[in-house]
Amino acid sequence: MALNTPHAPAIATAEATSSATGAQIAAALREAGIAALLTLGLSIPILAFKTEQNQANALYLQPRWGVVAVACALIFALRFVLCLRAARRAAAPPRLKAPASPALQKLFGIAVPLFLGVAVAYPVLATLASGGLGGARYWVDLGILILTYVMLGWGLNIVVGLAGLLDLGYVAFYAVGAYSYALLSTTFGWSFWLCLPLAGILAAFWGIILGFPVLRLRGDYLAIVTLAFGEIIRLVLINWVDLTNGGAGISSIPRVTFFGVPFDSSEGGFASLFGIPFSPMHRMIFLYYLILMLALITNLVTIRLRRLPVGRAWEALREDEIACRSLGINTRNTKLTAFAIGAMFGGFAGSFFAVRQGFVSPESFNFLESAIILSIVVLGGMGSQVGVAIAAVLMVGAPELLRNLDFLKQVFGAGFDPNEYRLLIFGLAMVAMMVWRPRGLVGHREPSIVLTERKAISGSLVKEGHG
Amino acid sequence: MRWQDDPVLEVEHLKMRFGGLVAVNDLSFSVGRGDITALIGPNGAGKTTVFNCITGFYRPSEGMLSLRHGDGSTLLLERLPGHSISWKAKVARTFQNIRLFTGMTVLENLLVARHNPLMLASGFTVFGLLGLPGFRDAERQAVEQAKFWLEKINLIDRADDPAGDLPYGAQRRLEIARAMCTDPILLCLDEPAAGLNPRESHELNELLLSIRQDHGTSILLIEHDMSVVMGISDHVVVLDYGTKIADGTPEEVRNDQSVIAAYLGVEDEEVEHVEAEVGL
Repeated sequence: MALNTPHAPAIATAEATSSATGAQIAAALREAGIAALLTLGLSIPILAFKTEQNQANALYLQPRWGVVAVACALIFALRFVLCLRAARRAAAPPRLKAPASPALQKLFGIAVPLFLGVAVAYPVLATLASGGLGGARYWVDLGILILTYVMLGWGLNIVVGLAGLLDLGYVAFYAVGAYSYALLSTTFGWSFWLCLPLAGILAAFWGIILGFPVLRLRGDYLAIVTLAFGEIIRLVLINWVDLTNGGAGISSIPRVTFFGVPFDSSEGGFASLFGIPFSPMHRMIFLYYLILMLALITNLVTIRLRRLPVGRAWEALREDEIACRSLGINTRNTKLTAFAIGAMFGGFAGSFFAVRQGFVSPESFNFLESAIILSIVVLGGMGSQVGVAIAAVLMVGAPELLRNLDFLKQVFGAGFDPNEYRLLIFGLAMVAMMVWRPRGLVGHREPSIVLTERKAISGSLVKEGHG
Repeated sequence: MRWQDDPVLEVEHLKMRFGGLVAVNDLSFSVGRGDITALIGPNGAGKTTVFNCITGFYRPSEGMLSLRHGDGSTLLLERLPGHSISWKAKVARTFQNIRLFTGMTVLENLLVARHNPLMLASGFTVFGLLGLPGFRDAERQAVEQAKFWLEKINLIDRADDPAGDLPYGAQRRLEIARAMCTDPILLCLDEPAAGLNPRESHELNELLLSIRQDHGTSILLIEHDMSVVMGISDHVVVLDYGTKIADGTPEEVRNDQSVIAAYLGVEDEEVEHVEAEVGL
């Protein structure tokens, strides 16, 4: 406690706080009133009227002043509490910002093995919880989806988090990977295990192709060009009908096999080979462990790369490009390796996507995908592997939870679908994050090498990169 | 004069033009091997532009910058790509506004300076990714070198702290140590004493003298602090409006009339003379 009040005696501060309360409340009320009025103004075009159809199929406006009143009251209360808190905090003596407590650090130490354990045991847990392989299908499918995004987040983390290059077109490499597998396997009949590295290499090649023209660009300009690149790939996929079958996509892509053994009920299939009753869930569980392995490889390689000169050069590039040049780092090649390696992992994930779906079409690779992957990286804390994993679970898993909140129907009526509010909650979460954790969930950086004592580096010192 | 007999860097007819502005005009001077050479001049004289030309940040409009290694080989700096100047030509530099990697630890800052040798040792990442012993040895050596420099600049206790947390004077020293970790034969310092208190600036003098003595590195520095310039330099080059106005030992430069005029203006009688001319 003595730490919190370094100079002023405690009594004096308490007096100052209590005497200021009356004025504070008045100011907070005024602020809240203004906010409520603003809400009212905004509500009139957005909330106040709803278009409905009557029996004659004609549109009419149904006023909803009750909803507007609720919204205004909510905003009033929220703003009032926030203002009061801010005023209290301003009146209170400045607190010394405590460094990350040892308990928190220990929590991070436990978190990693815990996550790993849960991830490995997940299909078993899901089966036990839903009482049978068939019932676990939804949950294993969700797990695969989350892990795909974890892997994509880790891949993009190399480009955005480590090298500080803002890439808005990451989905392009995902698409290159997916189409590589789809085309190679349907045209030449090559197996997944042969196509997987090829898809990675092709995506890395496209990463370099993208990298060259954008090397000179920084910040916003880099972001716009990468965004355009993502769109170009998607438009080429739609319009090059001879190769890609256009918007109809490529279907009947060969399914994954257990190292050559197909997952089917035939004589030489997986089930009969191991002497267990056939279930389509075997393939799903295999896919789950496949993406888990791919994601973990991505993670291990990234952790390793961070401790190698190339990884340090990426981070140095994010911190100060000019200093890098003066130290003899070839900034062009360093950026290209970041693009290429990030793209390679995107390609692996894409190839997995194709083998899981058995069908690819350009619609799966729109800008929203890039935006989601980028927000996973930003929400997680740029450069932090654990943070990206947590963010992927939150961003992909939480919207799925919305589907299961049936009890809300009893509150809001049968027509209420919480899933419709997905993007709203998404936006609110982003705003909340900007207010409370502007550097992401894990806002500190781990040093890549330690001489005597490992200390986390505060996010306020770490730069985001200029592109 | 060592800078005439055995120069490490020869600048010949250097000219740097930015559009219509000539920042450096027909500048020639040499930097002696093992000398501490000071480049001084009033603000805007073109000193940093000369530095940027030498270290590859600008491509000179005209002129030749030849760097002579101890084995007699000569490299033309204006023809090298920017990143080769540190790696091939062994010219390192610091910046007027400190450019450390603030979010990386002090030790990491020094290891980034060993990027090229470590990159070779890690087989361009392939061997390093596989964890082969060759890379681990190279990294251990780089850490040893970093420790040597950290002890020298009294920052060994703060090796695991982020560089952005260091006080200003320590950041200046760290930037010099980082440049020295590239094993340069010519170290270019852009105002190393700016913002230092007298004690720190004295320590800086000691550090620079020991770099010259123990490592045989020649030093070229831009400085406004005359206690540093006159105290340690063997050779002073004075610039004004992009041209050289004096070149010699500190004593010669101190007594040079054109230098005094450039720094302090002209004598009072001349001012009266000029005022009379314009009718004041």
